[in-house]
Amino acid sequence: MTVLASNSLRQGPDARGHFGIFGGRFVAETLMPLILSLEEAYEAARRDPAYHAELRGLLTHYVGRPSPLYFAERMTEHLGGAKIYFKREELNHTGAHKINNVLGQILLARRMGKSRIIAETGAGQHGVATATACARFGLECIVYMGAVDVERQKPNVFRMNMLGAKVVPVQSGARTLKDAMNEALRDWVTNVDNTFYCIGTAAGPHPYPAMVRDFQCVIGDETKQQMLELEGRLPDSAFACIGGGSNAIGLFHPFLDDASVALYGVEAAGHGLEVENGHAASLAGGRPGVLHGNRTYLLMDDDGQILEGHSISAGLDYPGIGPEHSWLKETGRVTYLSATDKEALAAFQLCARLEGIIPALEPAHALARIIEIAPKMPRDHLMVLGLSGRGDKDLFQVADHLGGM
Amino acid sequence: MLTGKAMTSRIDKRFAQCRAEKRAALVTFIMAGDPDAALSLDILKALPKSGADIIEVGMPFSDPMADGPAIQAAGLRAMRAGMTLKGVLAQVEAFRRDDADTPIVLMGYYNPIYVYGVDRFLADAKAAGVDGLIVVDLPPEEDVELCLPALRAGVSFIRLATPTTDDRRLPAVLANTSGFVYYVSVTGVTGQKRPDYSKVATAVRRIKAHTDLPVAVGFGVKDAAAAAEIGANADAVVVGSAIIDALARTLDADNRGGPAAVAAVSKLVNELAAGVASARR
Repeated sequence: MTVLASNSLRQGPDARGHFGIFGGRFVAETLMPLILSLEEAYEAARRDPAYHAELRGLLTHYVGRPSPLYFAERMTEHLGGAKIYFKREELNHTGAHKINNVLGQILLARRMGKSRIIAETGAGQHGVATATACARFGLECIVYMGAVDVERQKPNVFRMNMLGAKVVPVQSGARTLKDAMNEALRDWVTNVDNTFYCIGTAAGPHPYPAMVRDFQCVIGDETKQQMLELEGRLPDSAFACIGGGSNAIGLFHPFLDDASVALYGVEAAGHGLEVENGHAASLAGGRPGVLHGNRTYLLMDDDGQILEGHSISAGLDYPGIGPEHSWLKETGRVTYLSATDKEALAAFQLCARLEGIIPALEPAHALARIIEIAPKMPRDHLMVLGLSGRGDKDLFQVADHLGGM
Repeated sequence: MLTGKAMTSRIDKRFAQCRAEKRAALVTFIMAGDPDAALSLDILKALPKSGADIIEVGMPFSDPMADGPAIQAAGLRAMRAGMTLKGVLAQVEAFRRDDADTPIVLMGYYNPIYVYGVDRFLADAKAAGVDGLIVVDLPPEEDVELCLPALRAGVSFIRLATPTTDDRRLPAVLANTSGFVYYVSVTGVTGQKRPDYSKVATAVRRIKAHTDLPVAVGFGVKDAAAAAEIGANADAVVVGSAIIDALARTLDADNRGGPAAVAAVSKLVNELAAGVASARR
């Protein structure tokens, strides 16, 4: 394991799961003993070489890691500034970064003797990854998905069914991702003996934010090594989209102590940050609150009621964000920007035409900011996009928006 | 000591009174502002007359992770009718003008309180006549957030103990609890599973071995017979979802209600009180 300097930004969270004032364990008493035993099991697994070897084997032979770091030559030429690389998580099995985390958690569930896996999903990518891993290991899988998302992400619902998972459309609240998470928590509190809750992003009660981050750090660790091999030095900047923020924290974390690497998280600005309840940018438009087990930036009204948020991307319209991002915003180490639905759609099309890669709408948000910033940078500026998922799931929705294509 | 003032609290007095009558206390839950502020205040005022010894008042929250469909729906109705945390305190204040004795415990989730401001909330709650708080998503690990400030402000902090709270963990759960301990009789959300009465009796004995505080039991208690079964061993029986259901059945398609709602709740609470009273005969 890497030894960290005492002033390292990579040491969090503390023993109580706090990143500064963020994080924590805000859950019902029924779940508290489960969370403590999960923490214990994860600490034991972290120290067990056999666990790491099994996970590494799966990442190599089942997921197809390492994912390439690809020089986006035509995008670079077109923008006329920074040299742009894509970290191609969309080439992973199941088409997104989600599988990195799911395999880590499923191996842990097996070690803990849990036979029933539950998960929440928004766009369906985490649900598909969980259903996939459960099929691979013969585990029962129940995926909670907001009824609204079930409608707008039909292909992923079909994939999950095909993989043997039971998809439960959630009718409560706003019927999107946050309500799916509420319903998963209700399931967990009811089925405490045999159930493992596989959370899809770096949020929730401790130890989830740290654990999911650790599993996703493979993105940043590989990027670092690949860039050193290709260019002989570290990148100058890295960009990633943020819903809950797991792909972003995975890309950023290994670079936190490398002060020369500028890090940019891009939230979903939906119809625009100025439109009330029209975006999903928790950091830009929210404030600290407590939801789903952790303190973090949340979109809410003056009474502390959580707002829905909007984004064209079902994977980004969560009204909160992982607690470590809230802390990184306050420390200033990561710069948080946003991109609107329209900007993401434009980036989506440009990427398809110039690179022959159809990105998911989520990373298209990060690409939108690159399109703006890259031209202002010198030719020797090395810029990385975390291309977190592929866009097949979004094609029908994009067609709807573009109309008449 | 933090609990120094507790001997004079309304909660302690009410439990002493019930003990003298050799019966368990009946704790009833309603959601503040369900279906609207005026009607929920009428229901609140009618509860003591119908036999409620202690009243839990729900603070509506957009994301009630520990609640089943009945209480989720009640919270939504209340929020749609404009209920806020400030409005909840106003309801308690209005109730207190006519009733100086019935303990009021607010129950809900932390975020609205955190956003309101902990110190300001405790001062306003105390002034309104709130006796205790049950905040579902604040386990002992987060005591510095609200539990310790509440005890300093003279507001009881009532903790939930559950079937997953083992003997190793129980002392931590009980450490800063005051007023009473709320034993959640099932693993699950409110108003769903029915408890196994023999297991509940064992759990109550187990908790009592660790504390002198009264033990209330709730989650899944739906009728007088169940209240009697639980009341035979526990110091208090908590009923929530069944009361909400009785109220909801009287509402029209637009969730409007009237005197029928008060009557339906009063009838059920009367039955529950009779059930509790019969338990130890």
